[in-house]
Amino acid sequence: MNDSRNFRIDTPTGLQYHRDAELLIKANAFFGVVFLLIGGVLALLVSLTRWPSVHLLPADWFYLTLTAHGLDMLVFWIIFFEIAVLYFCSSTLLRCRLATPRIAWLGFALMLIGAVTTNVAIFRGDSSVMMTSYVPMGAHPSFYLGLILFAVGALIGCFVFLGTLVVAKNDKTYEGSLPLVTFGALTASIIAIFTIASGAIILIPTFLWSIGYIHQIDPLMYRTIWWAFGHSSQQINVAAHVSVWYAIAAIVFGAKPMSEKVSRTAFLLYIAFLQLASAHHLLSDPGLSSEWKIFNTSYFMYFAVLASMVHGLTVPGAIEVAQRKKGYTKGLYEWLRRAPWSNPVFSGMFISLIGFGFLGGISGVMMGTEQLNMIIHNTIYVPGHFHATVVIGTTLAFMSLTYFLIPSLFRREVWLPGVAKWQPYVFGFGMYAFALVMMGAGTLGVPRRHWDMSFAGTALPHEFPGSAYLMMGLVGISGVLAVIGGGMYILVTVGSLLFGRKVESSTFAQKGTPIPRAPVAATIGGHHGGAGFAAPGTFTLAIVFLVAFVLYYFINWKYLSTVWGIS
Amino acid sequence: MSQNETTDADDEPIPVMQQILDNPFLLLFIGITVPTVFYIVWGVMEIVTIPVAK
Ligand code: HEM
Ligand SMILES: [Cu+2]
Repeated sequence: MNDSRNFRIDTPTGLQYHRDAELLIKANAFFGVVFLLIGGVLALLVSLTRWPSVHLLPADWFYLTLTAHGLDMLVFWIIFFEIAVLYFCSSTLLRCRLATPRIAWLGFALMLIGAVTTNVAIFRGDSSVMMTSYVPMGAHPSFYLGLILFAVGALIGCFVFLGTLVVAKNDKTYEGSLPLVTFGALTASIIAIFTIASGAIILIPTFLWSIGYIHQIDPLMYRTIWWAFGHSSQQINVAAHVSVWYAIAAIVFGAKPMSEKVSRTAFLLYIAFLQLASAHHLLSDPGLSSEWKIFNTSYFMYFAVLASMVHGLTVPGAIEVAQRKKGYTKGLYEWLRRAPWSNPVFSGMFISLIGFGFLGGISGVMMGTEQLNMIIHNTIYVPGHFHATVVIGTTLAFMSLTYFLIPSLFRREVWLPGVAKWQPYVFGFGMYAFALVMMGAGTLGVPRRHWDMSFAGTALPHEFPGSAYLMMGLVGISGVLAVIGGGMYILVTVGSLLFGRKVESSTFAQKGTPIPRAPVAATIGGHHGGAGFAAPGTFTLAIVFLVAFVLYYFINWKYLSTVWGIS
Repeated sequence: MSQNETTDADDEPIPVMQQILDNPFLLLFIGITVPTVFYIVWGVMEIVTIPVAK
């Protein structure tokens, strides 16, 4: 390797990429997008099957496709991209070399082999057990083996991230505390370590059970530990996409956090409490006490909800403060109207933030309440909620970050900028609609993971109201719209790599330079105390949010009171 | 920050909260212990004490 090219400085942003880190970030992001593409094709098939008048696939293919869609999206796409984010937030933002690149490549290889193995198992047709793979339903042993390999690979990635923090500290490449964005990534990696360990604790015995080594696995035990993995992994996503929001606010606006202290404390609340909320998946399970359920899902979990509200407030608040400094001070919302709405880095991030809060956040708190959970348990309301969190929140935030990384990391101009400009709107608003109508259908009782809501030919038929069919038709239509938005993203990213004009504005060096010079690197990587709280527009937005929250919450209690008549 | 403030700050002890937040491995410890104790250990104890049907 040519030593004088060990570090590359991207001149426009001032970001500095260590060669190994750069390749690893690219490889992880690339394979993330490959699984997003596969998952997206499957999303189309699943949506067209749940659209009652289309009802595309036969039953066995529906469950196969749904299993693959869940895993390819929620696990493989998201986690590959997250590992890329972890390396970016450590080596690149801290301007140091990546710790143990060889081991990082080993982790990457395990993840790739694992993801392929599990996909092969699913597409062979004998592992349509849904991503949750609840025992005693059994999949082919290679299904579990693939997941275990993938998990070990991701765990290695987390430790390489932690190692890189140590390298940066020893080499003194940053001053004082970690930059806020890196701190958010640290939060994500800590949650990831707990998550992956839980996954291993339950999937290894399940693998042994699938090859006949262990006789039985208790279903409740499985569900309890599996959800420490399944739910906590959603919290990796939240910590990661919140960090991406902060990064994008800094990249696009030069925005400084309103108060680093407050934001860091909110991340600490995530570290301590977010994972307890895993218990909301077991609210309807007998065998676990109400004390355990309520302790884990309410009192403590609300600290974590509080933290999300803090981030949801301080990110737009920081943007507002930065914009007002630039002179956009008219009225409550000139700062927002004059934001760069045609820049997909910004528009995607903002659509992600609003949708995550209003659709994902409010519905999540509602359904995480033990009593209210009964209204929507196992209905299609549940995927409605989590498509708002993990698709609008996480996926869209990662997509908008990509538009920044294409020139800075992949050194290509964005191909088809006109398509890129509209992509966050088509994907984001398609998903807003999709999540809303799924929640609507779920409130009417339509089950999730169900091939035929008309229950044709069953012993105990059930007749849904016409409005439920209408809602599911809209699920199909808005799902197709969102898939088109996702396709636009793939077109632009893959097209940019293949046909985008090369960006030749880099300098190379053998040694890193710790001090960021250009604006972007300095704002994401530096420290700012606090930018202050003079953000009346954001404050008003927060009040609107709280009112919507309280109204929706109480409407559901009212609704609960009418579910069973008392006579 | 002016030169003066920087030297003042050097003499001040670092606040406890900042010391916690600046220690990734302490945070890792918190992030693993809290859910392990309250969610996993407590949950598993409840499950294993469910009496077996005869
Ligand atoms: C174009 C976008 C997407 C569309 C149209 C779409 C559509 C769907 C549909 C129709 C279902 C089936 C619901 C059911 O019958 O229970 C589903 C399930 C699911 N989707 Fe998506 N999806 C999209 C993107 C994503 C993304 C990006 C993720 C994750 C990051 C994701 C994660 C999941 C998961 C975890 C399930 C549940 C699988 C299960 O129940 O086992 N989806 N999706
Ligand atoms: Cu959850």
